[in-house]
Order: sequence, then structure tokens, then C-alpha cells
Amino acid sequence: MSLKRTDVLLCCGSGCVSAGSLKIKSKLIEVIEQHGLSSEINIIETGCMGPCDYGPVMLVYPEGIFYKKVQVKDVEELVEEHFLKGRPVKRLMLKSEDTIFQTKKDIPFYKNQVKVALENCGYIDPEKIDEYIAMGGYEALGRAVTEMNPEEVIDIIKKSGLRGRGGGGFPTGLKWENVKNSESDQKYVICNGDEGDPGAFMDRSLLEGDPHKILEGMMIAAYATGANYGFFYIRAEYPLAIKRIKNALSQAKEYGLLGNDILGSGFSFDAEVRTGAGAFVCGEETALIASIKGERGQPVSKPPYPSESGVYQKPTLVNNVETLGNIATIINKGADWFASMGTATSKGTKVFALTGDVKNTGLVEVPMGITLHDLIFEVGGGMVAGKKFKAVQLGGPSGGCLTADHLDTAIDYESLREKGAMMGSGGVIVMADNNCMVNIAKFFLEFSLDESCGKCTPCRVGLKEMYTILENITAGKGRSGDIEKLENLGKTISGTSLCGLGQAAPNPVLSTIRYFRQEYESHIEAKSCPTCVCLDLMHFDIDKDKCIGCSLCAQKCPVNCISGSREEKYTIHQADCIKCGNCQEVCPVNAVDKISGAAEKEEKLNSVAELYQ
Amino acid sequence: MPIFINGREFELKPGETVLEVALRNDIYIPHLCFHPKTGKAGKCRACIVEVEGRRGLLTSCNLVAEEGMKVVTDSKQVKDAQKIIVDLILSSGHHDCLSCEQNGNCELQDAAYYLGIERPSFDLAPAEIETDNSSEFIFVDRSKCISCGRCVEGCTRTVVNEVLNFANRGFETRISFDNELPMGESTCVQCGECVQLCPVGAIIDSRMIGRGRTWELEKVETVCPYCGVGCKLEMHVDRQKNEIIRVTGVEDSPTNEGMLCVKGRYGFDFVSSQDRITTPLIKENGKFRAADWAEVIPYVGKKLKAIKKEFGSDAIAGLTSAKVTNEENFAFQKFMRSEIGTNNVDHCARL
Ligand SMILES: Cc1cc2nc3c(=O)[nH]c(=O)nc-3n(C[C@H](O)[C@H](O)[C@H](O)COP(=O)(O)O)c2cc1C
Ligand code: SF4
Ligand code: SF4
Ligand code: SF4
Ligand code: SF4
Ligand code: SF4
Ligand code: FES
Repeated sequence: MSLKRTDVLLCCGSGCVSAGSLKIKSKLIEVIEQHGLSSEINIIETGCMGPCDYGPVMLVYPEGIFYKKVQVKDVEELVEEHFLKGRPVKRLMLKSEDTIFQTKKDIPFYKNQVKVALENCGYIDPEKIDEYIAMGGYEALGRAVTEMNPEEVIDIIKKSGLRGRGGGGFPTGLKWENVKNSESDQKYVICNGDEGDPGAFMDRSLLEGDPHKILEGMMIAAYATGANYGFFYIRAEYPLAIKRIKNALSQAKEYGLLGNDILGSGFSFDAEVRTGAGAFVCGEETALIASIKGERGQPVSKPPYPSESGVYQKPTLVNNVETLGNIATIINKGADWFASMGTATSKGTKVFALTGDVKNTGLVEVPMGITLHDLIFEVGGGMVAGKKFKAVQLGGPSGGCLTADHLDTAIDYESLREKGAMMGSGGVIVMADNNCMVNIAKFFLEFSLDESCGKCTPCRVGLKEMYTILENITAGKGRSGDIEKLENLGKTISGTSLCGLGQAAPNPVLSTIRYFRQEYESHIEAKSCPTCVCLDLMHFDIDKDKCIGCSLCAQKCPVNCISGSREEKYTIHQADCIKCGNCQEVCPVNAVDKISGAAEKEEKLNSVAELYQ
Repeated sequence: MPIFINGREFELKPGETVLEVALRNDIYIPHLCFHPKTGKAGKCRACIVEVEGRRGLLTSCNLVAEEGMKVVTDSKQVKDAQKIIVDLILSSGHHDCLSCEQNGNCELQDAAYYLGIERPSFDLAPAEIETDNSSEFIFVDRSKCISCGRCVEGCTRTVVNEVLNFANRGFETRISFDNELPMGESTCVQCGECVQLCPVGAIIDSRMIGRGRTWELEKVETVCPYCGVGCKLEMHVDRQKNEIIRVTGVEDSPTNEGMLCVKGRYGFDFVSSQDRITTPLIKENGKFRAADWAEVIPYVGKKLKAIKKEFGSDAIAGLTSAKVTNEENFAFQKFMRSEIGTNNVDHCARL
């Protein structure tokens, strides 16, 4: 570790990297060298710190000062003012209306979080095993393999109440016990790092930000279940995660933490990385196993469960990245400590990827049982300026949408499911009132439709039919009875599909029908999209009282369907309007409105010239 | 303890699935992907049932039957869901039964009939009908394929030719020969196992098209006339025209379990070929003339004796055929060895 006076932690999670953190790093090195400070200042590349929206972000210790949106041009000022003269650069610090948050600890985004899985993420250099060990890394493994027998390890995990973070919420200790009890000469452990939900990056951040912790969790799981070989299944779109895990594996090998007779305990273990080609369904454990075996990635019926017959028909433990990320901490701090957080049925913490119309988007880890309200309005900082909360989608593309009425819901597996949403892998999309829920449902369904493996009928064909109905509804071709058809199809697909993809895919539709039925009705019966999102069910109109006759809209209209004069004001000829929205954008007095409902189309004119006659 | 299906008691054999117990006892549960030879697939989802004490609907083809289990196959909940599933399948293809070769012999038709589906409710059929008649004997109509996977399973695991597989995914899933080649250009050996297994009219014998409805053809069980394996097969015969229209393998034959090779399945046109020799022929003055057995046998005997006398036994050789029975082959070699006195006896060895 550093013996230098200042540590600069630069977030090199994928979000910050794409925002330019690597350029900042080289600039930092350059400027620090120029000032002859190289021996005093330590630059550490860390994994994701969480508040991706503010990236690239940087933390400077010992003060703990948090900088946001750092640009290359800010580097000189940072070095000269802060690192040299000790005067933190205020303009790069996070502020709310009147206060500047001096240090990370003061920032509300962090204040309500409890980091277990993410404890080292954004704090250590994930490419250095020494930093992980300095944070207490591999202690849990050492204790497990030298002081405990597998039953004792399983017992701790069972008592902790940890449940699978990959979506299903299956009790982890019980799953381990099942694998342990399966007799076989060979067993495997798989770390499921497929993470296919659009917008989710919890697992990626963990793999990138603290790879050794996931490896340690996997090894403890292997010891407890009797496995001696592991697979990290990571999608090819996560090259950094793959690199970091490979790096972690070779470092651990070098340190004798991986291989034969680990720490003299007699326990042997090795692991490799397998890359997935990016099909969402390959996150489903049986499809994942097929993919590892080189077969077409599609699920098979359970039973037999992977715990009895998995990779090469051998008992196989499949755990999610975040699940494994909790293991070492639970062994170190004890089952009771972990179980003290959360609700009766859901213990510990959960990592969420907050996205959508909230102020602080990014990665957060909060105790189970936190209310949706606190997650969105405290940790998330509330809605972005000027927007009103309408709904929150939980559980990824096949999760459900909840409304303002549900903000008091405490987040746990059961209460979410009961209300038609689900924990899923932890995607949280916050939506403001300009979102059309029918359109949102269609959007999510389209994802599942595209990702369906096509193996079973309800999902392969049924989703297509649901999607067609939604397409019709949003295009103004909805017919009465469509809602009931959707409900009927949705329930059948949920009830009869082979795997979780098809079983959950109708959720966004069913939950939006449940909570926003009137929106569907207005699309179908009144041919009107209340939020003016569905272009066939809205129109633009110029408010004559506001229009000042400047003609800007007419000039910008690509199809010349606006006519008028300074005196008469301007009018949109609806029959030709392609709803591009240019007129609304350019109008200096906001006279162009979006109006729900299709316009009464007047007769189509033959030429623009006719307009001016 | 027995198992209860729709309130009736049935004995169960170890390892049997609920679907197997039901079918064995003539209780119909729609099932489109299960075939005894390719096994459970869990793909079509039409075989769902309810089981007392278990949540939701369960597919009976991969549900191991347990003693005391109470299964319901015909409740409203079950049939409603089955109806939607079969309707979806029917709606996603072009099923014009009137002109389909499989009409009357189609498992999808059976399921739709059982569930009272008159016509498809959804409009999901592909805009264009895509057929493939590039191969010698097999006609493929993908717009009738229900993605049951039996052909893939059969080609890959039963006959192990590994030609068929699924390409694409989701609604775009389609069967593919090798890497999406036309069947005739693929490595397919035209064994016809896929035809045999297809529950619908998506993969059929091309030569049967338009030559008779399944109920008009008489089925005659026989043994393949080709090689010594002796595959059991069924000839589908048009009695009026005295023609064989198609050949299928007999599934419960222990010899071939329904499998046939390309000759056994498709090499039957010689039977009614105009060129076929139907009487013995004698060559006179460089030309063949028809003869009958009564004339020919003494004639051949005389000639053989003469050759043997003049040139010795080894001047004569005998060649027999793989198409005749073992007994006939045995008798022939016996004749060559003990009557002619030579070891010059052989067999065409292949066909
Ligand atoms: C369509 C589908 C996609 C899934 N994707 C993932 C995934 O990306 N990551 C994951 O850990 N689990 C995923 N799962 C859940 C896995 O099947 C499995 O339950 C999980 O990896 C088990 O780990 P856990 O018990 O630690 O949660 C998916 C399930 C389904 C049905
Ligand atoms: S539910 Fe969908 S993804 Fe799952 S097996 Fe069926 S078709 Fe494939
Ligand atoms: S929305 Fe576009 S096409 Fe329609 S009137 Fe405005 S500028 Fe013209
Ligand atoms: S495959 Fe079956 S359902 Fe389809 S057209 Fe042929 S007979 Fe009818
Ligand atoms: S005819 Fe035989 S080899 Fe050809 S695709 Fe069908 S099963 Fe495979
Ligand atoms: S061609 Fe026939 S057997 Fe093959 S998948 Fe399609 S319906 Fe099933
Ligand atoms: S027969 Fe059971 S799912 Fe097809």
C-alpha cells in the first residue's frame, strides 16, 4: 500500500472510463511529474464508485474529498490548488441547492448506503491482490478451509439468511447443501456473470471493481459443496471484467491461494473464465450450462436441477456474482451481523442500478427493507428537476411497474412479487409522468421477444402475439377486448413457459394493465395517448392566442405543412404532418402544443402551393 | 399405490411419466414434442396437467409419475391454457389442412380437434410460404413447422447424422440443414428419420404428394427387401393402382425402431418399374427371349453339367444377392459347394 501523503482514487469503472477517466489518469501522471510530486502522490485506479452520472469521479484521501465530472482541463488546477496548496477545488465538488458536500461521507447518495458486496469497490485497485489482502481479503477463505468443516460453512450461510441475488432469491445455504449432498466424484461451481438485463451493471461493477472478492466467495462455496473446479461465465461485452478476473486468477495462483492443497488444508481448486456471446437467456442457469458445454444456449426443464446434474452431468452450484460477493464478509463478520439487516425474509443488502429520471443514477447498495421512497428520493436524490414521479420499474425487462401508491413498500423478495414487480437482479428504472405506460410495456416486451430462445411455444409465439397487440394499440388500431386478450395471453404465458424468461416476460404488460388500465383504455377507446408519446395518438397544434406569427415553425417544418401569416397566425395542416416536433422546438413562445388524441385529418392537399392560395 | 388420472386408478411402472401412463391407458393429452424415441423435450407445452397439491400447470411429458399422485387432464383451467397454446402454434404457420399430405395423420390436427379449435385466432403466419424441394426424396415446408424439435433430435441422436438443428432464436427460430443450406446441398443422407418423426406436414416424402390421402392407402407391414438387417416397414399402398405410395418404418420393431435407410424408405420404385424383369430370359442369337421356370431350370442344369465335365468345377462361379433371405443364401452356397464342387461362391455384399 501507499506510503505517500495523498491517495487519489480515480474511478475506472466502465461508466467513468467511457466518460474519459483514463485520459484523466495520464494527464494526472504528467502534471504530477511536472510538479515533482510523483513520490508524494499515489494514483489508484478503482472499480465503480457508484454515482456514474457524475463521472468521471475521483476521491482524494486522506481528506475524503469527492470530485465529480472531472475533465482533462481540470487536472492542472486540481494538482496545483489541491495537491500542492491543500485547497480543494470547490467547483468540482458535489453540491445541492445551498451546500457543498465537503467529503464523500456527507453526500446523501452515500449516506444511506450500506456496502457489503461493494465494500472495496471504488476503494482499492482491483488489479492488485495486495490491496485486497490488506483489506482483509482471503482471511475468510483461510478460516473456512483450515478451521471449519464444510457443514459449518454452510451453516453460517444458512443462518445469515442470504438469498440468491441473481433474481430467483433461492436460499443460498440450502442450495449449497443440495450440491454438497449430491454424491459425485466431480462437482463444479459457476459464477453467473452473464448479467443480460439492459441497464444493469451491478455484477459487472463487482467483477471489475473487486474481482478477488468474487473469487474468494467462489472458493468458499467450492469448499463447502465439495467442488474443485469453477467457471466464471462472463459475457463477451464485459472485456474489462474478463480481464480483471483472469488477472485475479493468475495472481491468486502466484500467491498459492489457487491450486493444489490450498493453505495446507488439503483443499484444491482451480477456475477458468468462459465468455458468453451475449444472449440474455444464457443467464438462466440451465442455458448457461448448455452454453458452457458448447451447445445451443437454451434452457432445459428442471428437474434435474444443476445441483444434481449440471456441467457434464455433474452436480453444479450456480451462484450469481453478487451472491458470491457477500460470502467472505459473512464468514468474517458472522451470520448474525448479516441477518441483522433487512426484513424477516430478505436479509442483508442489495445492490441496485438506479437509472431513469432520478437525480443520482448509478450503483447503490442499500439494506433490504428500505422503502422504494427512500431508495428513489433519498439515495437517488429524487426526480430530476421539473419532473414528477409516475412509476418505477423493478427487476429488469421482465419486472413490473409500481406506482406512487407503492412508494412505502419495503423492498424484499416477497413484497415486490406480491405487488407484481420483482427483485430481479436489481435494475431500478424511475419514470416521470411524461412516460406512456403502454409504450413502456411494449418496449420491455420487445426485449423479451428478441431474447426468447424459441424453445417453447408460449414464449416463442405468445410473446409475438402480445407484442403485435401492443403495437396495434399504440398505433391507434387497438380494439375493445385487447386488454382482456393481453391479460389472458399473459397469464397463460407466465403459467406455462419453460423457463423464467417466458414466465416473467408478460410482467411489464400485466403490471401496467393492473395499475394503469385507464391509459390502455384511452389508447384503445378514445384513440388518445394521454402522455402524447404514441405519435399516432397525438397531434401538434398551434395555440393562436400565443402564436406571434414569426413563421419560424413554418420555416423548419420538413414537409411544409404549416401555413399562415403574421396577422392570421399559423396553422398545422394535420393531414401532412409527420410529427417530427421541429415546430415545437423552434417556437420562441411555446405556442406549439402536443395534444392527446389523433387530429381530425382534413382532406389531404395536393401541393404546398394550394396552401397559399 | 396407484396413480389417479381424472379420478381413475392406474398402475404405474417405475420411471414412467404421467404422459406415458395416460397414453398407455388411452387417455389423450395433447403432446406435440414428445415422441417415445426422442423422449421428453418440454418444448410444446401442450401436455400440461394439474396435480393436486402442486402449484400451477405442469408438463406431463417430463413429470415423473408418483404413487398416489392425483392428476387432472381435462379441467377448464388445463383445457383453456392448452387451447391458447395449440391455437398459438396453429396461428404461427400456414395450416391448410385441405391440401396437406399429413391431413388425417397430423398430431397438431388431433390436438386442435380435441380442444375444439376451429380456426386460428391469431394472425401470425409468415407472409411467405417457404418450401425446400432441393433434395431427392424429402419436401420441406417451413410454414408448417411447429418447432417441436423431434426431427433435430432424431437426426442428431437417433440416426446420428447431425444435419438438422435450429437456427436463429425466438419467433424467428427455424430448422436448418447444416449451416442453413438447402436440404439437397447439405450432408443429409435422405434417411427420412425426420419425416418419420415430424408430427405435422412440415417434412414429408416428396413422392407421395398428391397421390392419395392417408385413409385411402392400405398399410401393409413387411420386411425391407434390401439388406440382411431386416428392418420392419410399412408400405402404404394404393390398391386400385397397385402402387406403393410411401414406406414408413415400424416404430415398435426391435430391429430398426422405425429407422430405415434411404433405400429401404425410398428405393421402392423398382417394384412397379417397367424395366423390371418378370420372367427368366434365354439368350438366343444374341437376343433375349422370355422363358418360364419349367424350361429354364433343366436348361441351366444341363449347361452347368456340361461345363463342369469339360472344364472342371472351378470353371463355375456363383453370385447371390443380399436381397434374398439368409436361408436362401445358405442353400445356394451349399449347392455350389456340394453339387457343383467349387468354393467360387460370393455375394454382392452390398446393395
Ligand atoms: C432469463 C433468465 C436470465 C437470467 N440471467 C441471470 C444473470 O444474468 N445473472 C444471474 O446471476 N442469474 C441470472 N438468472 C438466474 C439464474 O438462472 C440462476 O438462478 C442464478 O444465477 C442463481 O444464482 P443465485 O442463487 O446466486 O441467485 C437468470 C434467469 C433467467 C430465467
Ligand atoms: S420461456 Fe422463452 S427463453 Fe425460456 S425456454 Fe421457453 S422460449 Fe426459451
Ligand atoms: S411536427 Fe414537424 S411535420 Fe408536424 S407541423 Fe411540426 S414541424 Fe411540421
Ligand atoms: S400440418 Fe397438420 S394442421 Fe398443418 S395443415 Fe397439415 S394437417 Fe393441417
Ligand atoms: S433425412 Fe436423415 S440425415 Fe437427412 S435430415 Fe432427415 S434425419 Fe437427418
Ligand atoms: S420439421 Fe417437423 S419435426 Fe422438425 S421441428 Fe418442425 S414440426 Fe418438428
Ligand atoms: S409433449 Fe410435453 S411439452 Fe411437448
